[in-house]
Amino acid sequence: MNVEQSAALNISAEEKKRLGKGERRIWKKNLFLPILDNNPIALQILGICSALAVTTNLKTSFVMSIAVIVVLCCSNVLISLIRSQIPSAIRIIVQMAVISSLVVVTDQVLKAYLFDISKQLSVFVGLIITNCIIMGRAEGYAMQNSPLRSFFDGLGNGIGYGIVLLMVGFVRELFGAGKLFGFQVLPLVSEGGWYQPNGLMLLSPSAFFLIGILIWILRVVKPDQNEAE
Amino acid sequence: MKKLRDFLDSKVEPLFHKGGKYQRFYPLYEMVDTIAFTPATVTKGLCHVRDGLDQKRMMIAVVIALVFPLAVGLYNIGLQANLATAEAGLLLSGWRIDVLAGMGIEFAKNTVLANFLYGLLYFIPIFLVTVAAGGLCEVIIAFMRRHEVTEGFLVTSFLIPMIMPPTVPLWQVALATVFGVVIGKEIFGGVGFNFLNPALTARAFIFFAYPAEMSGDAIWVAADGITKATPLGIAALNGVHGAGGLIEQGYTLQNAFVGFIPGSIGEVSTLACLLGAFMLIALGLGSWRVMFSVFIGMLLMASAFNGLQSFSDNLMYEMSPLWHFVLGGYAFGLVYMATDPVSSAMTEVGKYIYGILIGILVVLIRVVNPAYPEGMMLAILFMNVLAPVIDHYVMESNIKKRMRGYGRKRIS
Repeated sequence: MNVEQSAALNISAEEKKRLGKGERRIWKKNLFLPILDNNPIALQILGICSALAVTTNLKTSFVMSIAVIVVLCCSNVLISLIRSQIPSAIRIIVQMAVISSLVVVTDQVLKAYLFDISKQLSVFVGLIITNCIIMGRAEGYAMQNSPLRSFFDGLGNGIGYGIVLLMVGFVRELFGAGKLFGFQVLPLVSEGGWYQPNGLMLLSPSAFFLIGILIWILRVVKPDQNEAE
Repeated sequence: MKKLRDFLDSKVEPLFHKGGKYQRFYPLYEMVDTIAFTPATVTKGLCHVRDGLDQKRMMIAVVIALVFPLAVGLYNIGLQANLATAEAGLLLSGWRIDVLAGMGIEFAKNTVLANFLYGLLYFIPIFLVTVAAGGLCEVIIAFMRRHEVTEGFLVTSFLIPMIMPPTVPLWQVALATVFGVVIGKEIFGGVGFNFLNPALTARAFIFFAYPAEMSGDAIWVAADGITKATPLGIAALNGVHGAGGLIEQGYTLQNAFVGFIPGSIGEVSTLACLLGAFMLIALGLGSWRVMFSVFIGMLLMASAFNGLQSFSDNLMYEMSPLWHFVLGGYAFGLVYMATDPVSSAMTEVGKYIYGILIGILVVLIRVVNPAYPEGMMLAILFMNVLAPVIDHYVMESNIKKRMRGYGRKRIS
């Protein structure tokens, strides 16, 4: 968490008493609704590109989720703070400038402290800039709402994205390599065990199938997510 | 028989109807009932169909057409195993040989009957696993969707084992069948709504998930310890005429045409596939437009590569259209896969475009892509995906043409 966020939270601690129940309900809604009911990947079908590319194993999925959550929260708060100063004609460029600076910082931090994983993630950390979820939340929510509400909105959407990434990464790593977080769970045939890894799971199309199946299950459970005919 | 029918109608069937005891299991009952008896329902209104070509009759006709390549393919499994073991000086053993010995047949004598039965013993387990896995999926989904079990899986259950190598592990067949039926067909709404051919989807699944069991040299001859590349694999490596090429390794156009080459179970015999093609066309089941244009597309592209061969080191460039025609899954795909009435293009003009593009893609994949010498599966799947787009533009241009005929512009 960076300075802006903790500052925003401090203010919130002081202001909490003043705030009515309604405000807190909005935070709650912003935080939990995107996880199941309005999931950025499963319902809004945003951010699919990175979900295909980085989910071959759990470790990269996890780091990518954290990176997106951090960037999403920070960008939402920052853009919300300056929202009344941004001229509407150039707002997209301003949003991009904020988001890309945040992404560069994240990228550098990953390179400094998690070099191996950052090498595996390669360009996809940089490509968070073009992740539709972040632009979408900045333009769709943070431009109209207060920093705190935007923070919870960013957190909720980031977690919604991360959960899908982790689920896909779990299935792909387990069936594609018989591992979880790099530990051998299913003993491979090539090492004297019984499990023969499924090569399809290591190819990007499998993430398409898995996300599709996930959406299928979600819409069976929650039929209101079906698109109108 | 009449009594049994009456008993079923009056006592058993109501149990499965709405409000009956076993209402949930109606799809299962209906499936067994209509397989065993001819349904008694007739047209009641004024209209009347001239020819009652329903789905079941159509599917059974296609299955009969599939018997030609299957028969040659089964014989060929035994033949290839015999030839390869004789060459290597091995003697085969295993339960299949024991079964044959129990019937008083000595496999190593290389008789037609022994070879055919040996192939049959390879085919039956794969077929049973396909039917069990695919049938289970169909029934479960019919329960979930509360509709009747359709006959669509009948042909698929024959196609899937026929496009597998004889040595494929059975659990992979089961997994691939489930994938093909569910992902390739059912999630899009079942028979008639699938834009992919379910059998090819199943094969593509194994091809990408377990490449060791679907490509390479070790799997095409049904005898342990024998490695033998498919003719296309040889051609990709050494070409046709040169050193170590097809001709030097003893392959001729004739034996490839009849089907005595290593390959997947049903795909080897171009001759038998052509017989099947005549049957399908004569019965009006397979589209001759698709078959014809797949052939034309292949002819064009292969000739083009022949013409360009002096510009490239790629030895596949020298493979003539005739070789392309008789090797690999080309003929089988042309007759039984590309003509799939659901996943191919629907419009008449669209069928030509669809077919020609398949022909071009097959040769392109075989020649230019060194990783996949067998291109028919990928070419057909790719064009399955594009078929709706082709149909859309054919219809659009037709609408435009007619609008112009009336002297109007289209208001969209």
